Amino acid sequence: MLLQIVKWQAAAPRSGPDGYNRHLVDRLPTWTLVSDSALLARFDGPAPMEVQARVTALFEAIREAGIEGIRNLHPAFRSLLVVYNPMRWTPQALLQRLEEAGARSSPAPKRAKPVALPVCFSSGFAPDLPAVCATAGLQADEAIGLFTSRVYRVAFLGFAPGFPYLLGLPPTLATPRRARPRTHIPAGSVGIAGEQTGIYPADTPGGWQIIGRTPLRLFDAEREPMSLLLPGDEVRFVLIDKRSYEELSQW
Amino acid sequence: MVTTFEVLTPGMQTTVQDLGRPGYGHLGVSASGAADPLALRLGNLLAGNREGAAALEMTLLGGRFRFDGPALCVLAGADFAAALDGVPVDLWTPIYIRAGQTLGFGGARAGARCYLCFGGGLQGQASLGSCSTHVPSGLGGRPLLKGDVLSVSDTESLEPRVIRRAALERLRPASDVLRVTRSAQTADFAQESLDNLYSLSWCVQSDSSRMGVRLAGVPLAAPLRGSMTTEGAPLGAIQVTPSGEPVILFVDHQTTGGYPKIGCVISADHWRIGQLRPRQTVRFARVSFDEARRLLLEQEALLTPEALFG
Repeated sequence: MLLQIVKWQAAAPRSGPDGYNRHLVDRLPTWTLVSDSALLARFDGPAPMEVQARVTALFEAIREAGIEGIRNLHPAFRSLLVVYNPMRWTPQALLQRLEEAGARSSPAPKRAKPVALPVCFSSGFAPDLPAVCATAGLQADEAIGLFTSRVYRVAFLGFAPGFPYLLGLPPTLATPRRARPRTHIPAGSVGIAGEQTGIYPADTPGGWQIIGRTPLRLFDAEREPMSLLLPGDEVRFVLIDKRSYEELSQW
Repeated sequence: MVTTFEVLTPGMQTTVQDLGRPGYGHLGVSASGAADPLALRLGNLLAGNREGAAALEMTLLGGRFRFDGPALCVLAGADFAAALDGVPVDLWTPIYIRAGQTLGFGGARAGARCYLCFGGGLQGQASLGSCSTHVPSGLGGRPLLKGDVLSVSDTESLEPRVIRRAALERLRPASDVLRVTRSAQTADFAQESLDNLYSLSWCVQSDSSRMGVRLAGVPLAAPLRGSMTTEGAPLGAIQVTPSGEPVILFVDHQTTGGYPKIGCVISADHWRIGQLRPRQTVRFARVSFDEARRLLLEQEALLTPEALFG
């Protein structure tokens, strides 16, 4: 059975640069075959931001390597899925190419693109702000002040086209998902689920705690770039009032 | 020259599909494409096209289309009781349509999806390199509506082919079994759940879609409840929800998922997922990764012109 086809930990000293040490070896992912046409890289480590930077670095290195027959790359928390054409590659041969690309990837990813996202926290846009405040033991303006004081990192886009999963929520604001998901969440809604923050790019059902709304369009199939945010980007939320929200919505 | 046709009735869910739009998974956009890619490829080859030309994909109930000029069509996949001006027409065979004629479809007699392929291809506007409609994002358009008008090449200089019946039967043998390899969380499932997955029958639920096929049966005990980290999910992965229901991730699937994956349907059987009907039963059979690859190579060898038309 080929499930755990190769552990990079075992393969790396053979192909890696001279002077590999334990510290570097720990940074390498474990690869697993998860279908007849997909390999999954998983990273270990205690610090979510640092682990995610390695996921982003591997994602960028594989894209830049331009390996033919790779159909899709799906970064996620601590992992990267590589979907390939099984007519072009055996998993063993592809793994070798991925390993080479990964070995060339810089441990520090490219400088992140900073993005400022205007968000209105007015009550009509923030039905779950009271629940988040109650969990945190904060007043609304304190919670908003704390939320907008941080820099968040786009871990990956998933769930729906253009939906960013953000790392960096202050632990005080962490709030479990709603017990009963809403059947309709408007596009632009900013939500909290546990220690994650995310933004709904389109009207969908969903269970995250909604604390505000951005007037910007996160995803537009007719626009270039389609997605406002990419994995690795740095996001700041900027407080705006309802009037600014409406003005910005017209763009 | 171009022929246009008007959608008189769209059917249940009719979309433009080709072989999909890979390369945008990191934006949360799955590759999409034909739910039965084998039928699309065969239909196009029979119509004299390249195998990935855009065509109409109909689901369970077909539409009615009126042509304002000549066109060459091939129907591929499931039998939807098609008729040209009321006269029944066959699957897998070139159909010559004259100006003013109406091609109509009924409900699927067996299977779930029928492809209407056009000699010269459907003239869709490619979005990011593909005409495929990704229903959740609207990329590539939306399901067809009454009154929509589409364009195809007319019949000039087209060379349709006739397939060998035996080749078709070898490529698409009837079976209610999907073959499955291990996947990311297979080892986390209890032996009893694995035994149940492979020994019991599963009933396709009516709320299945191009995003996922939901199955009902004896609930499988889902491991890692609430503690799994969201990971990238491949096409065909069988996720088990907290209520123990297996869901096969399909062509418009979510790119990431937080439910454990007990297995993954092999590439050679993806077309079978596209032909699953609500309330039908399906079974799973376990194969190794090597076997999955061998089965795919075998299938592709049958898709060469010599094997098909020889």
